[in-house]
Amino acid sequence: MLNYVLSRLLTFVPTFIGVTLISFAFIRVLPGDPIVVMAGERGMTAERYAELEAQFGFDRPIYVQFWDYLTGVLQGDLGNSFVTKRPVWDEFFALFPATLELSLCAMVFAILIGLPAGVIAAVNRGKFFDRALMSTALVGYSMPIFWWALLLIIVFSGNLQWTPVSGRIDLLYYFPNPTGFMLYDSLVSGQSGAFASAVRHLILPTIVLGTIPLAVIARQTRSAMLEVLGEDYIRTARAKGLASKRINGIHALRNALIPVITVIGLSVGTLLAGAILTETIFSWPGIGKWMVDSIFRRDYPVVQGGLLLIAVAVMIVNLTVDMLYGVINPKIRKR
Amino acid sequence: MSLLRIRNLSVSFATASGAFKAVDGVDQDVNAGEILSIVGESGSGKSVSMLALMGLLPWTATVTADEMTFDGVDLLNISKSARRKIVGNDLAMIFQEPMSALNPCFTVGWQIKEALRIHLGLDRKARHRRAVELFEQVGIPDPERRLSAFPHQMSGGMNQRVMIAMAISCQPKLLIADEPTTALDVTIQAQILDLLADLRNETGMGLVLITHDMGVVAETAERVSVQYAGQKIEEQPVDDLFNSPHHPYTAALLDALPERATDKLLPTIPGVVPGQFDRPRGCLFSPRCKYANDHCRAVPPIPAGPELGFVRCHYPLNTDERNVS
Repeated sequence: MLNYVLSRLLTFVPTFIGVTLISFAFIRVLPGDPIVVMAGERGMTAERYAELEAQFGFDRPIYVQFWDYLTGVLQGDLGNSFVTKRPVWDEFFALFPATLELSLCAMVFAILIGLPAGVIAAVNRGKFFDRALMSTALVGYSMPIFWWALLLIIVFSGNLQWTPVSGRIDLLYYFPNPTGFMLYDSLVSGQSGAFASAVRHLILPTIVLGTIPLAVIARQTRSAMLEVLGEDYIRTARAKGLASKRINGIHALRNALIPVITVIGLSVGTLLAGAILTETIFSWPGIGKWMVDSIFRRDYPVVQGGLLLIAVAVMIVNLTVDMLYGVINPKIRKR
Repeated sequence: MSLLRIRNLSVSFATASGAFKAVDGVDQDVNAGEILSIVGESGSGKSVSMLALMGLLPWTATVTADEMTFDGVDLLNISKSARRKIVGNDLAMIFQEPMSALNPCFTVGWQIKEALRIHLGLDRKARHRRAVELFEQVGIPDPERRLSAFPHQMSGGMNQRVMIAMAISCQPKLLIADEPTTALDVTIQAQILDLLADLRNETGMGLVLITHDMGVVAETAERVSVQYAGQKIEEQPVDDLFNSPHHPYTAALLDALPERATDKLLPTIPGVVPGQFDRPRGCLFSPRCKYANDHCRAVPPIPAGPELGFVRCHYPLNTDERNVS
């Protein structure tokens, strides 16, 4: 197992360098100049421009800039934001918990509903529940996420007033934020109502962000279950006189989980990166919104560093998924 | 009274092109401790009739019978949960492909102990003890270690032994073996057949052996039932069947045995088992039968009496042999 993890970690190296290069190139290909953006509408003199250019090192050849950046990254220095002057690293980890919290909630939501729904649909193949679920899943999958979010806000926040429109917690509550995970922090703060408020703020973003993974997981679970239910070992299980619930829930699901885990892993990756839209709509103070703002400001170090750290997070998730495979599927474990 | 009694069992499958009758009016009896072999080509309905007995057919199948009793219990009018108490417990079945018949995600020990827990309610220690005992009984070496192995870590023969151990775990009164050796090497085949016969001798359970291999029949069975295109066409004790088959199909099957072939070329039966659309009007075997005449092609034969092995033929073979000998 240790060898396996180490060999997987080794494959991170080219990915890591690739992501560094792409993110470095990507932001520079975009039209616009960070110094001009910084100057704002008043503009600046040519001398001041040259001075800033030299300060940021933009006057040097591009490969030298990349080399500087790469060596910095390898030493753990992602640079400082042009706008806030704070290290990218600090900014990222101040905001990342918010994104992680939202993504985890969305994933739990998607799995808790998608998995059982897929199983029930497969077991009742062709019946009403199956058809209804599969068409709903298709709608959920194809719906534009911003439209879905606005719809939910209008109904549940606007008309029904059940949930807040945006943010992570009511402004009434204030407490130090040691972990950055609002659910945990509000709970340990001991302030009455803080946790409930945090939960209520999470509901809509969770649903919006979890909808696509939910649809994908439900459909994948259904098709995997259908395939497994035709296998010989399911007939064996029935020949043992087991109840259908046990056969579907243990014998079949355990096998069907193997492809589903893949989909879940891929979804987590897209969630971390794809939270951008949801976070923007709900003013969720996570890395998605931070990245979007930084792109508009041409804040090179933030965009580069942010992309890199997101990529690393996705790679770690994928590694975890690969190790989960071994737990679920014994054929992979023994090798 | 016989352990298993089936009268006029029919199974039809709903297909896109209409109903297909896979089993057509089959009678079957198995006595306690007896080895009955059901023989037939692919598509003769031999597995389907036993799957119907187990309640393992897909929902597209319709099962009808005048009578289907096992150990005094009427299996036709029984609730699903009551059937589950019998199936896997008193009535067990093993299958053709041991590699795919075991769940790849669980250890073989887990799978065998599951049956022990569900039907016998043994506690953890007793389950383990019994599992080890069963593995020893079916000849799996080093049972303690093998219990924690996964199916893909063992050979086909070992997996079939696991299947057998699982099937006999609750000491069934009847074990149905559906082509248990077809997917195995020849040397392993003999071992598995010996094991099944030995287990029958030790435990006194009845054994139904479904096969298309006359060699397996000769080696193991006591009574043989020959099926063709969903019908039982002949049934005799094994020696009588081999010495004096009454149905031309049985005779042709026996002639096709390599051990019996006298010519250079191995005799074969031309044609295939009739399917959904080419079912003959008269005798189902008439298109392939070398003795068939217009009467055979027009009128379906009805089964003869026990003295002629219930043969379904207008012109049974070897009818006077008994008188001669």
